[in-house]
Amino acid sequence: MSTMNTVGRPTAPNQVSEKPATLTGGRGLLQNEALIFEGEGWGKTGVDLPEPKTTGSDLGDLVRKDPIGLPGLSEPEAMRHYVRLSQKNHAIDLAIYPLGSCTMKHNPRLNEKMARLPGFSDIHPLQPISTVQGALELMNTLAHWLKTLTGMPAVALSPKAGAHGELCGLMAIRAAHEASGQHEKRRKVLVPTSAHGTNPATAAFVGYSVVEVAQTDDGRVDVADLASKLGDDVAAIMVTNPNTCGLFERDILEISRLTHEAGAYFYCDGANFNAIVGRVRPGDLGVDAMHINLHKTFSTPHGGGGPGAGPVVLSEALAPFAPAPWVVHDDNGYRLVEREEDEAAQAFGRLCAFQGQMGMYVRALSYMLSHGSDGLRQVAEDAVLNANYIKARLQDLMSPAFPDGPCMHEALFDDEWLKGTDITTLDFAKAMIDEGFHPMTMYFPLVVHGAMLIEPTETESKAELDRFIHAMRLLAEAAKAGDVDRFKGAPFHAPLRRLDETRAARSPVLRWTAPDGSNQAA
Amino acid sequence: MRYLPLTPDDREAMLAAIGAKSIDDLFVDVPQAARREGFVDLPRVAGELEVERTLSAMANKNASAGSVPFFCGAGAYKHHVPATVDHVIQRSEFLTSYTPYQPEIAQGTLQYLYEFQTQVANLTGMPVANASLYDGSTAMAEGVLMATRVTRRNKAVISGGVHPHYVRATETVVHAVGVETLALPAAVDAEADVIAQIGPDTACVVVQTPNVFGTATDVTKIAEAAHAAGALLIVVVTEAVSMGLLKSPGEMGADIVAAEGQSIGNALNFGGPYVGLFATREKLIRQMPGRLTGETVDADGERGFVLTLSTREQHIRRDKATSNICTNSGLCTLAFTIHMSLLGETGLRKLALLNHEKAVATRDALAAIPGVEVLTPRFFNEFAIKLPKNAAEVVDTLAGHHVLAGVPYSRLAPDAGMDDLLLVAATETTLDHDIKFLAKALATVLAA
Repeated sequence: MSTMNTVGRPTAPNQVSEKPATLTGGRGLLQNEALIFEGEGWGKTGVDLPEPKTTGSDLGDLVRKDPIGLPGLSEPEAMRHYVRLSQKNHAIDLAIYPLGSCTMKHNPRLNEKMARLPGFSDIHPLQPISTVQGALELMNTLAHWLKTLTGMPAVALSPKAGAHGELCGLMAIRAAHEASGQHEKRRKVLVPTSAHGTNPATAAFVGYSVVEVAQTDDGRVDVADLASKLGDDVAAIMVTNPNTCGLFERDILEISRLTHEAGAYFYCDGANFNAIVGRVRPGDLGVDAMHINLHKTFSTPHGGGGPGAGPVVLSEALAPFAPAPWVVHDDNGYRLVEREEDEAAQAFGRLCAFQGQMGMYVRALSYMLSHGSDGLRQVAEDAVLNANYIKARLQDLMSPAFPDGPCMHEALFDDEWLKGTDITTLDFAKAMIDEGFHPMTMYFPLVVHGAMLIEPTETESKAELDRFIHAMRLLAEAAKAGDVDRFKGAPFHAPLRRLDETRAARSPVLRWTAPDGSNQAA
Repeated sequence: MRYLPLTPDDREAMLAAIGAKSIDDLFVDVPQAARREGFVDLPRVAGELEVERTLSAMANKNASAGSVPFFCGAGAYKHHVPATVDHVIQRSEFLTSYTPYQPEIAQGTLQYLYEFQTQVANLTGMPVANASLYDGSTAMAEGVLMATRVTRRNKAVISGGVHPHYVRATETVVHAVGVETLALPAAVDAEADVIAQIGPDTACVVVQTPNVFGTATDVTKIAEAAHAAGALLIVVVTEAVSMGLLKSPGEMGADIVAAEGQSIGNALNFGGPYVGLFATREKLIRQMPGRLTGETVDADGERGFVLTLSTREQHIRRDKATSNICTNSGLCTLAFTIHMSLLGETGLRKLALLNHEKAVATRDALAAIPGVEVLTPRFFNEFAIKLPKNAAEVVDTLAGHHVLAGVPYSRLAPDAGMDDLLLVAATETTLDHDIKFLAKALATVLAA
């Protein structure tokens, strides 16, 4: 037996200079994987169910007769299909994921375990209140943490993502202006040019016209420009702080004072709360509403693009307008305020069918309890330290967009340093993929040319940062040395080469269709 | 702290590399007045064991659906989810990745989204579907807004059979944009009243089937009436498994389908996260909200997938976007698509029949109880009964007898004057014993 799997093996690798293409298109462990619709799964199932005793004949003509078009996979085939697919993804668990403004930090598995306790995962949103006291206690405890950390008196938990939270905040603002009879004249929302796209999209969605506020040369809101645009026709300002350039708005107290003086509300985009949690309370900055992306600061997994959760903390002035439902704790225990009357008479409505993202609440609270308030403060400090370290170690080769002073949790570079190389930010990003790294956020914020926004987060070790910095320096040197092909053709070593996005948009193919045009194999 | 890799020595070395004396130097831009030293009223760092004890204590105070005879539905359903699903969605490469902005290293996510879109399109009987929205209720709101963009009309007619929370969530959002809604009175067979309300200013008609009372209806005639008036038909489905047995919305003429996908692959989770399914007709895709995955080729001509038509979206169009949506329900769509791949058409049809079978058996058992009147004429896995007592009180009493008997309609619509109405759902997880237990307990409570 000792010769098993060893006979016939060369003692050293053969010396072959050219790398021939494989015959199947496979690449070592990386399998080519067909779509489930292209396999042999028509008529198959991977679930063993008892034989139904009914045929549904009591439903007559309501019964679906034509084939639906859903192939099935046995369990081993399903496992292979998805595991093979998974291996074509980058992940935080694999390496640094420095997407600026996305806060890709480690996702503790304790949070996953807690969210799967049957007492949280297997309860129905409309069970009698007496049977979900622990769930309401959890929501109330999460609310307490969020209110304490932000220094705000109220929180609406139900928004299902950051953008949904923005919607919640702006609708509360609108409701407050309606209640005071000012809605008709206050039809503008001021948004800095560096804002996330969701800010102007949300303001427009709620029916406001968006007015852009200029930025200063040092990457902050131009307070003079803001002051000149504030007036009794402005409903709110939307400011991200720390902002999307990774900088703290030094004049934030002046910004909120001017805003309130004009009778407008201060909406803060809390996407970057991770940089200040435990050190700064938005309530102390004069914020009236701020959404908190639980999937960023409080480490609920990003899951390939969701689900998120976007609770919104609210000031005293906006709290009465929070959407239903919310949790109340009194002598009889916990209850849900679901009706828009009495204590909720001014609620602006309801944002979703049920209580929001309970599964995310459990994960976020598990994370908060683990860190404690002292740990969360360390989170902000290490996130900021890591970003500044990257900035310091790369600034001799690359051009920081705002070289003076420290950054917060993300380091922003422009493409000035690539001038004359014929290499773009996109090319550089794709070459990073070949070196085994997920690129930083590219071309955002829009105010910086060819922007490269690097957010390491606090969960990267110094060794991983040094590995990343080493690769970035080698690439930057290669770019400056005129090694253009390395960048223009990149990526060469990823599961796929650069994809044709123009073609995808010009003639969209959004679903599999059989060669004969039907929705299943012949 | 176990989630923080930096050591004190690392921090010192890094500060030196930066040229800062202390961490406070990096927070120099924060105004003095806004700096906090700490939070005395919050606890300190805690180990796994401690956190697990605290949260388990909360979890243990809840009656989980699996621990009692369970008959709640009304937009959230208890189904069995194969173990494979939860294992795969916890793989690092799925759990800890982000929106596939760099398609070359995100083909795993993009391919399953493409498969998901195809499954949802076929399930709903529609040509195309997006990569998901937050949940069924927000999908309905987005559907109404999309219909106003397509028709350039401003009014939505909403059937009295649509889930009241869906109606309220939709009204909240669309009223803010100035869209008018006509929400018709609740009725077990509310679809019959819809056609008369369609007018030349109607942008869309929203119907739900099976509706909130469980009634399944062929809405073909409503589709025809809507189309004749130049309006779109939006079909809402809150129980995705029903489409394994009932005629698809697409077959009945839907222009937009807004559905809740929780039933496939996703746990009850006290209301979220869930997964909104959104499908439409081919010629309307450029007005569709949310992310879309499309097929293309790479530089070597290999097939691959990318996020596409993003010129509709907020990060490109900013204040001109079709919606402000940024995230989708990522991992919930993965759970949906894995469960659906395991089921296949054969499994889904069987699963749907089992649900119907259990609901019929439950109906038969409850109908035999004196004073109970079954109201829903034809249903999939849920039906409404009229009780001789206040339904919410009966449900509370039954909870004390360790049975979760269903959802009192008054919980959804306190002012509808239907305090005696109870919604009862059964699924493949319902045991014959559960049905007997419920019938006996209900008979006892009603007789008391």
